Amino acid sequence: MTLSAKDKAAVKGFMSKMKSRSEEIGAETLSRMLVVYPQTKSYFAHWPDLAPGSAPVREHGVIFINGVYEAADKIDDLKNGLLTLSELHAFMLRVDPVNFKIFIHCMLVVLAMLFPEDFTPQVHLAVDKFLAQVALALAEKYR
Amino acid sequence: MVEWTDFERSTIESIFSKMDYEDVGPAALCRCLVVYPWTQRYFGNFGNLYNAAAIMSNKMVAQHGITVLHGMDRAVKNMDNIKATYAELSVLHSEKLHVDPDNFKLLGDILTIVVAARMGTDFTAEVQAAFQKFLAIVISSLGRQYH
Repeated sequence: MTLSAKDKAAVKGFMSKMKSRSEEIGAETLSRMLVVYPQTKSYFAHWPDLAPGSAPVREHGVIFINGVYEAADKIDDLKNGLLTLSELHAFMLRVDPVNFKIFIHCMLVVLAMLFPEDFTPQVHLAVDKFLAQVALALAEKYR
Repeated sequence: MVEWTDFERSTIESIFSKMDYEDVGPAALCRCLVVYPWTQRYFGNFGNLYNAAAIMSNKMVAQHGITVLHGMDRAVKNMDNIKATYAELSVLHSEKLHVDPDNFKLLGDILTIVVAARMGTDFTAEVQAAFQKFLAIVISSLGRQYH
């Protein structure tokens, strides 16, 4: 399911709209994931506060979103572009890749909520394809 | 036996009582056919599904979206026994329609996203959790009679 030129354009176009609400998107996605999929809290047991909207959640939400923007910049070669991030997830964080799908779903819900007009079915398709490729690239170094 | 909290019950009832079926039904089915194009395999006789624009203006798709959404009414009215309520529908999907049950999850995810877009910030994390729990049970019940 390779990204076509049209997909890449749609992703880049939508990302530029997202930039005005990055912090909100990041915080909301992460908060939501921790509530709707409580098993994901197991990766953050070392945080003092896992409540939605708490300081650690907000800060980390920004880190996640910046990762997505970084991936968008490297959209033409995600596998090589995200090697370092993949090593981080594979050897240090050891997040089960099943959780990438969970995170992606939460992000799509938040994008639909915050951009009801712009998140059209065609944009949804392109962003979903892109994020699935990102997840694949992140899992590259796992085994 | 599924346990529902008061919050979950009232959330599900509220979502469906406020829902505009003529809007959400078509939007959800169209989006599913666009985002997961392989689901189009079940709609061979629906006419032109060649691109997103065609899908979104297709009247048969719109009508069917409304039908599917109303199919959930039975579950909303019988939240304590969705499994039995859907036994017949499950047989229909398996024996007559031959729908791969994995597709139920795809439509469920799309429906969550469409409802989120309509409800905006009212679609809190807790509301999402309740809605997804309801959908998971509907999906499981629909897949139960497959053999």
